[in-house]
Amino acid sequence: MADRIMIALDNVSKIYGSGQHAITALKDVNLHVPQGDIHGVIGLSGAGKSTLIRCVNLLERPTTGHVSVDDQELTALDRATLNRARHGIGMIFQHFNLLTSRTVFDNVALPLELMRMDKNTIRERVQPLLDLTGLADKADSYPAELSGGQKQRVAIARALASRPKVLLCDEATSALDPQTTSSILGLLEDINRRLGLTILLITHEMEVVKSICHRVSLISDGELVEEAEVGDFFTSPRTHLARRFINDFLEIEPPQSLLDHLQNDPTPGSHPVLRLAYSGDEISTPLISRLARACDIDISILEAKVESIRHRTLGLMIAELVGPPEKTREALAYLEDHDLTVEVLGHVRRHD
Amino acid sequence: MSDAMIELILSSTLDTLYMVGISGLISALAGIPLGVLLYVTRPRQFLALPILNHLLGVITNIGRSIPFIILMVAIIPFTRMIVGSSIGLNAAVVPLTIAAIPFVARLVEGALNEISPGLIEAAQSMGATPWQIIMKVLLPEARGGIITGLTITVVTLVSYSAMAGAVGGGGLGDLGIRYGYNRFEPTIMLITVAILVVMVQGFQSLGDYLVRRSDHK
Repeated sequence: MADRIMIALDNVSKIYGSGQHAITALKDVNLHVPQGDIHGVIGLSGAGKSTLIRCVNLLERPTTGHVSVDDQELTALDRATLNRARHGIGMIFQHFNLLTSRTVFDNVALPLELMRMDKNTIRERVQPLLDLTGLADKADSYPAELSGGQKQRVAIARALASRPKVLLCDEATSALDPQTTSSILGLLEDINRRLGLTILLITHEMEVVKSICHRVSLISDGELVEEAEVGDFFTSPRTHLARRFINDFLEIEPPQSLLDHLQNDPTPGSHPVLRLAYSGDEISTPLISRLARACDIDISILEAKVESIRHRTLGLMIAELVGPPEKTREALAYLEDHDLTVEVLGHVRRHD
Repeated sequence: MSDAMIELILSSTLDTLYMVGISGLISALAGIPLGVLLYVTRPRQFLALPILNHLLGVITNIGRSIPFIILMVAIIPFTRMIVGSSIGLNAAVVPLTIAAIPFVARLVEGALNEISPGLIEAAQSMGATPWQIIMKVLLPEARGGIITGLTITVVTLVSYSAMAGAVGGGGLGDLGIRYGYNRFEPTIMLITVAILVVMVQGFQSLGDYLVRRSDHK
């Protein structure tokens, strides 16, 4: 059960136009998402994320390739059967796409009306969803009266109404502020755990991948260039693009006052300033205090950031090694021995 | 003013309301579907039929470019075929309706343009059929815009009905021309115009009220 594939994209390509004006939006994409997984696809804008997620429920029909959801090959279905299959695939959008003419309750009821359910069944289904998404007191409100976060909650309730097995999230938090984003992500994670829903999401935000995804694919120019478990992705990215995403996400810069005094070469009485990157297990060993003891130096931490990503730890630190030159050289060697990524930013003289 | 005169004004008012009411109703019943068709058959829409769309567009434009007074005369044989006569109230209703249908259609199409394409996409992702998209998404979402369009149409029909009346249709326009202008009775002319002003005000207020009630944006 655990490894049953819920979403399968096989050799999917999408080409817009033809001849000289043809634009390839997706190039030979293969993606398999097991049941119960939260899979993220991250990429810069224009990389093909939107086209990719729209190919899953055939809002965009792939030019070539096969798409299957829940062991049903969607690309082989006729219109009517496809519409029925779509009841098993929920979708939420960046701009929510709620009907302004309907109340919250009626928005959530829409997919059930489309499935021609009777009024009583609809009421029985909608009410628990409003409770789940924390909208019970908003049932009779119109979308215009709601905040962005509440609108996305309505959209989530609506997407879940038909009891789908798969939820597609198209930049679902990109229009929301950071606080609302984390509450929506929390809701999605909760739904994933409670209902065993398989979630495929696209985003350009590492924060989203970091906080809820199990696996992640990196898309660039319509191609999936990297796929990994999220912890691996952050700690040992394989492509240049992945490293760029991670650096932008974690980047810490030395304070300006330090940069002003930084010189390229050591001078008598100066100390090296380092950027350290560490991941995985190193963090659990008390590396810094051991280093201080082993090499008999002082370590001044100027800036540090530690991210915990799916049971892994990833850290970046800017530190100054204070001690005689032979001792600080020893310390550098010690750090490199322990598989830390060490970069000497420069040297600084203490004024005291 | 004589009782006969008052009665004449009253019956002319009812005649105008009759012409506007019937032509307004039929043009809405025909124009709304035509407007929807113009919208959903566009290239890249969910019922894309580019050739049909182009054809409908051309017909609609022709309908809208013929001046009403010429249309009225030009379709007399058609009018006679439909209502059996080329004069009278019912004969006036035919050209009014023919003129209003493309007018309504374009206004409805415009109202549908205001709907975010994301809503159609969302409905499709829920497995909505084209008919369901039209009935459950497009028409309810465009309701305010469609009512605005119908209000404009009815107001336009009030003034067109005055023209139609002048060629033997009756109604307030006819009254104004015959008594107010030809017999030079300024009181009648003034009353006619006053009633038309009140009528247009009334239709506009009713339309505004209905738009407000359906607007939750």
